[in-house]
Amino acid sequence: MRNPLGSKIVSIKPSGIRKFFDIAAEMDDVISLGVGEPDFDTPWHIRDEGIYSLEKGKTFYTSNSGLTELRTEINNYLKRTQGISYDVKNEIVITVGGSEAIDIALRAMCDPGDEVIIPQPSYVSYEPCAILADAKPVILELKAENEFRLTAEELRSAITDKTKILILPFPNNPTGAIMERKDLEEIASIIIENDLFVISDEIYSELTYKDKHVSIASLPGMQERTILINGFSKAYAMTGWRLGYACGPEVIIKQMLKIHQFAIMCAPTTSQYAAVEAIKNGDDDVAMMRDSYNQRRRFLMEAFKEMGLECFEPFGAFYVFPCIKEFGMSSDEFAMRLLQEEKVAVVPGTAFGDSGEGFLRISYAYSIEKLKIAMEKISHFIEGLRNEKK
Amino acid sequence: MREQILSIVEKNSRIEVKELAIRLGADELLVANELKAMEDEGIICGYHTMIDWEKTSIEKVSAIIEVRITPQRGQGFDNLAERIYKYPEVNSVYLISGGYDLLVSLEGKSLKEISSFVSHKLSTLDGVLSTATHFILKKYKDHGTILNKSNEDTREIVTP
Repeated sequence: MRNPLGSKIVSIKPSGIRKFFDIAAEMDDVISLGVGEPDFDTPWHIRDEGIYSLEKGKTFYTSNSGLTELRTEINNYLKRTQGISYDVKNEIVITVGGSEAIDIALRAMCDPGDEVIIPQPSYVSYEPCAILADAKPVILELKAENEFRLTAEELRSAITDKTKILILPFPNNPTGAIMERKDLEEIASIIIENDLFVISDEIYSELTYKDKHVSIASLPGMQERTILINGFSKAYAMTGWRLGYACGPEVIIKQMLKIHQFAIMCAPTTSQYAAVEAIKNGDDDVAMMRDSYNQRRRFLMEAFKEMGLECFEPFGAFYVFPCIKEFGMSSDEFAMRLLQEEKVAVVPGTAFGDSGEGFLRISYAYSIEKLKIAMEKISHFIEGLRNEKK
Repeated sequence: MREQILSIVEKNSRIEVKELAIRLGADELLVANELKAMEDEGIICGYHTMIDWEKTSIEKVSAIIEVRITPQRGQGFDNLAERIYKYPEVNSVYLISGGYDLLVSLEGKSLKEISSFVSHKLSTLDGVLSTATHFILKKYKDHGTILNKSNEDTREIVTP
């Protein structure tokens, strides 16, 4: 039989997280800090709207770009949070999670050979999606000494005459890093100067613990060259509903919509009705969850301080990214031993790019009680390692 | 600050001041002082334990009683409410709007004990016009806590 596969997909490595998952799933009583989704259930009033829409028989396709009501509410939301607005009819598309938006944005914008700058450590899908879009991913390694923010110098040095797109993944998974207004202003001028486009993945925008999130699209001259991606998964604890959106210039959205139309048709209808409720009446839920994450974040920072584990203070998402270089082993090795010896599952930083070497992603989408037990175990583990070294 | 402290201790009164301070990103001494002040001011009136008595072998019966009363000149409802809440078996007494005046909840060892309280003590009080007793058959949720909720984490163990 001839080879049934295309070489492009075969060349892509499977996610580094998979291996961990397989081992952890086989073990009993594992305390996992490895999950990249909220621990809260979707607030009841949002679920209720989803159920209600089913009862009313709203079980058909929506338009390709999604319910007008939802797109209107998204536009209102962006107006009130970022002071920017879009043409509801032509500049917003509802997608199956933020993930689909990343994929179709890259596919709509790239020609073979176009370079896409991907700052890492970052979410696992940018690089494969860029490859699938025939673009050339150019990895930019973010640094702990900059609190994993993207600096102007770093960006400048990654740009070539082939560079077309910058992926901007902040607030960041896995580091928890944020880009504040001043950080964005510094890179915006370089982006404009070099005539680049930005795919700004702002899925964690509601989860910041300093100032409110600023979208790069809200800076002067940037809206026309930015695809803003966001969704409902993290802010409203709606991961399983698979609902996101992309906003940007009509000329790009129009082509993205073509891919979406042929590959997906439309985002799930039930989820769209629930999302209308979320974005209209969900502010209090978001505030409650943000407050709860913030308490856990502080708790973890204090726990690391007590055990003497180096960690910069992250101000976004629900991850901390402590440094384990002092133990002289790889992230993979550390995480594997932690899993086997203490039954605590964390994700090695390398799952999010080579520059994650020497770091671990620890999620605090868990109850304080669970985090307490896990911190005791991690503390016990690293004490043992330090004694080994003596 | 107070609101944040209260929202945490309302759910977990056993929390240590140190942890409370860490979670709120505040100074430990300051948090301790605020707690003490709120106790002194009677904002924090007690630290209780939620018990699902159903899961014990101890027999308990609870009931909610709607009571209609005649307000007294100069005292309104307060005097009679006080006479009712002084009974140790009474858990709570609320003055409420609507079809009746006081909502009384109480716990007893048996049906008989509660009936006897209603017929001998409550109904015979001067000013009590009528009572309607509702026995509680099952508690699903109490003080914001869902009883019998499984705490199983159904998420995948590791996800990106």
